[in-house]
Amino acid sequence: MRYAETGYNLEIDLATGNIERVETDQKLTELHLGGLGTNAKLLWDRVPPDIDPFSPDIPLMFSAGLLGGTPAPGANRTIITAYSPQTQLMGYSMMGGFWAPELKYAGYDKVIFRNKSPNLVYIWIHNDKVEIRDASHLRGKGAVETQELIKQELNQPNAQVAAIGLAGENRVYTASIEQGRSSASRLGLGAVMGDKGIKAIAVRGTKDVNLARADEFYELCNDVLKYIRFRNENPVPNVMTILQGLGSPQEMLHVDEAWHTQNFMWGNSRVRRKDFWNDEIEKRWKDVQLSARKRLISCYNCPMKCGAIISVPGISTYMMKCFSKLTYTMAAFVDDLDFGFKIAQRATEYGVDGFSTPQIMAFAFELKDAGILTDADFEGCPSDNEGKFYWILDRIVRREGIGDILADGTYWAAKKIGKGAEAFAHNNIKKHEQLPLKLGMLNPVYFLMYATGEKINITQIEGQFPQSPFATMEEREEFVRDWIQVPDEKFKQIVLDWEFRGERSNPYYPTVDMSVDIVDWQEKMHYIDDALGVCAGLSSFPLKPPYHMHNYPKFISAATGIDMDEEGLAQVYNRNRNLIRAINVRRGLRRADEKPPEDHWKKRFPELEEKLLDAYYKFKGWNNDGIPTKEKLHELDLDYVAEDLQQRGILKDGED
Amino acid sequence: MAKIKKKVKTIKIDLDKCNGCRACEVICSAFHATPKYSSNNPARSRIRMIRDPMRDVYVPVYAGEYTPAECMGRDKYIIDGKEYDECGFCRAACPSRDAFKEPDSGLPLKCDMCESEPPLEKPLCVQWCLNDALIYEEREEEVEEEAQPGDVEAALESLVGKHGLDKIADTVARMSKKS
Repeated sequence: MRYAETGYNLEIDLATGNIERVETDQKLTELHLGGLGTNAKLLWDRVPPDIDPFSPDIPLMFSAGLLGGTPAPGANRTIITAYSPQTQLMGYSMMGGFWAPELKYAGYDKVIFRNKSPNLVYIWIHNDKVEIRDASHLRGKGAVETQELIKQELNQPNAQVAAIGLAGENRVYTASIEQGRSSASRLGLGAVMGDKGIKAIAVRGTKDVNLARADEFYELCNDVLKYIRFRNENPVPNVMTILQGLGSPQEMLHVDEAWHTQNFMWGNSRVRRKDFWNDEIEKRWKDVQLSARKRLISCYNCPMKCGAIISVPGISTYMMKCFSKLTYTMAAFVDDLDFGFKIAQRATEYGVDGFSTPQIMAFAFELKDAGILTDADFEGCPSDNEGKFYWILDRIVRREGIGDILADGTYWAAKKIGKGAEAFAHNNIKKHEQLPLKLGMLNPVYFLMYATGEKINITQIEGQFPQSPFATMEEREEFVRDWIQVPDEKFKQIVLDWEFRGERSNPYYPTVDMSVDIVDWQEKMHYIDDALGVCAGLSSFPLKPPYHMHNYPKFISAATGIDMDEEGLAQVYNRNRNLIRAINVRRGLRRADEKPPEDHWKKRFPELEEKLLDAYYKFKGWNNDGIPTKEKLHELDLDYVAEDLQQRGILKDGED
Repeated sequence: MAKIKKKVKTIKIDLDKCNGCRACEVICSAFHATPKYSSNNPARSRIRMIRDPMRDVYVPVYAGEYTPAECMGRDKYIIDGKEYDECGFCRAACPSRDAFKEPDSGLPLKCDMCESEPPLEKPLCVQWCLNDALIYEEREEEVEEEAQPGDVEAALESLVGKHGLDKIADTVARMSKKS
């Protein structure tokens, strides 16, 4: 019997309609755990690197993590992978919600789609019964609406449905995959799903998920719940509100937005409005949020409440989480939060990424103001800030007129438009739009994370180490006192020594070597989460989380029966990290691509930045161009990767 | 008649506090697995979330008595302007729905308040509900001692419920002739 995992993948060929339940190799679980790790392995094995993200051969994978569907709190993530049409690199995007556990209960760890369906279809997975069903009646329907329609049509209120909206159908590069309160938004995998002709995947499962050492696992879960309760009652002091607790930033709970509205940038990540927040706005925004918000909600088997049901009179109900209430509002320079909740409803039905899309829209209007785009491109566009944002959103998701060019994101749109438009696509890393944040002094840890993160999204790599120093020694001592999550005591000393000013401050402190260590720890936790399917909100993302390097090996051992210790888990992380790096290296990723937006910090230190990258690559066992060496790959049982890179001339003989 | 003390176990359900996470289903099904905690499967749980997020309907319901027959009519509740589903608050395992039946055998399930030896402090659904939507209360009530129907009578009552008194009476008469 297989434990924690089901041991089966569902392989669906959309061209022939062939559906197979395929037993998987347990050895791969030992090497890569599951989720992102095994997805990366399958992606490496199945397709050559020189392939278009819209090629029929691309395997689009929906995976549960290794712990998904077990009683481990927060083990509910769905990990979706393919190649990103926007970055052209490996695209992995994740969502919480209820879908992945349901897939486990239906008896599968992954669903893998090959080829394309000639007609728009949806997939209905009900335990052993799997059907490809016509979805022509759902064409153009909203992503939220589609989920409801399918549940009604199947008469299955307990089915979990992941769906795309119009944006995915039209292969918009920022198209998301929506499911309940969650969405896999980043890197345009909704476009790949639409390209394959899949409108939605509905799942219902009523089978067991088994555990190897049940009593031990149950006790570990209890410890995690106890710690969550403790952390909810004891927020981390001396850090700003959104960093104090667990979960994703509690944007649905908090109504005080002084910090975001005055420190994050408005428009196309351009303008800081330091005097925005006042009593009148505070009162109005609070009223708007409390009346729109019907209930704070969670994902499967998680006590947090990061999401909310949002119901604004006159438009249909939807669910929201995190920061998207502000991204459209601020990009459009609208001072009323009511607009944020209303346009996010339309955007969620269309199924678009709430980070990239508003920036693309703001970018378009900057180009218009600069005379690079003309009035002819905006014929029929209203002139008020709200109206013009709705108008351009409609054009983008329909790929109409200028919307067709903008639908590829700011990088590709700027390239196509030319005439100096490139300078306006200023907030990208590796062709992908970033958080609208511009800061003063370079932070060496953040420099490395922005530059080297394979997910190309800061929230998917940061988390365990404080973002800035504590003001006093008392505060530092208080912070490190119960910091049980550190993998090594040395991290405590860095926090104790880190100052706002002077020798031991940014950008030269943490030192280059310390910065590399800190980044390695932070990304390690994300890679483990993404293989296990545990939400970053209970693990890699917040300070002092319930899951960490010391209890994760115990969870894995008790769940699967595989012997796992901290060293072994670090090895799995390094294997997955290097495999994904190798996938991207095969797609052309090099050192030259590894840089934060030019204007992210005012004060830059080119020499130091080069040293940071040198040290990071060296620490990783990569050559100076960011390519894993033969020796490192051998250490990680990835000799087949080294051979491939050598054959392609990416790794040269004698170069280690 | 003599007064006796009876222990009443209650789970108070505060719908407003429920975040819809279904941890109650997870741990219920794990506790009732054999061996204990060795597997989990919400479809085997004795508590179910009646859940319709788009209408903000979140109702945890516990499995009560098995009933062989559907109700003759159905009820709909409207509370604070929100309409709840027919059967939305009903605890019975009944032919009209799949809830509270083992997915393989179709046998009915019933909440036993996590009865175990040694007894748990609280049922596990309550322990795993960190939002305190489920609150366990125990109280003693003094009740008048009644003649309790015997086991046989209880069994017969359930048969009467299923087949009707006449049929059972006939059968008993026929059986007694044979013996």
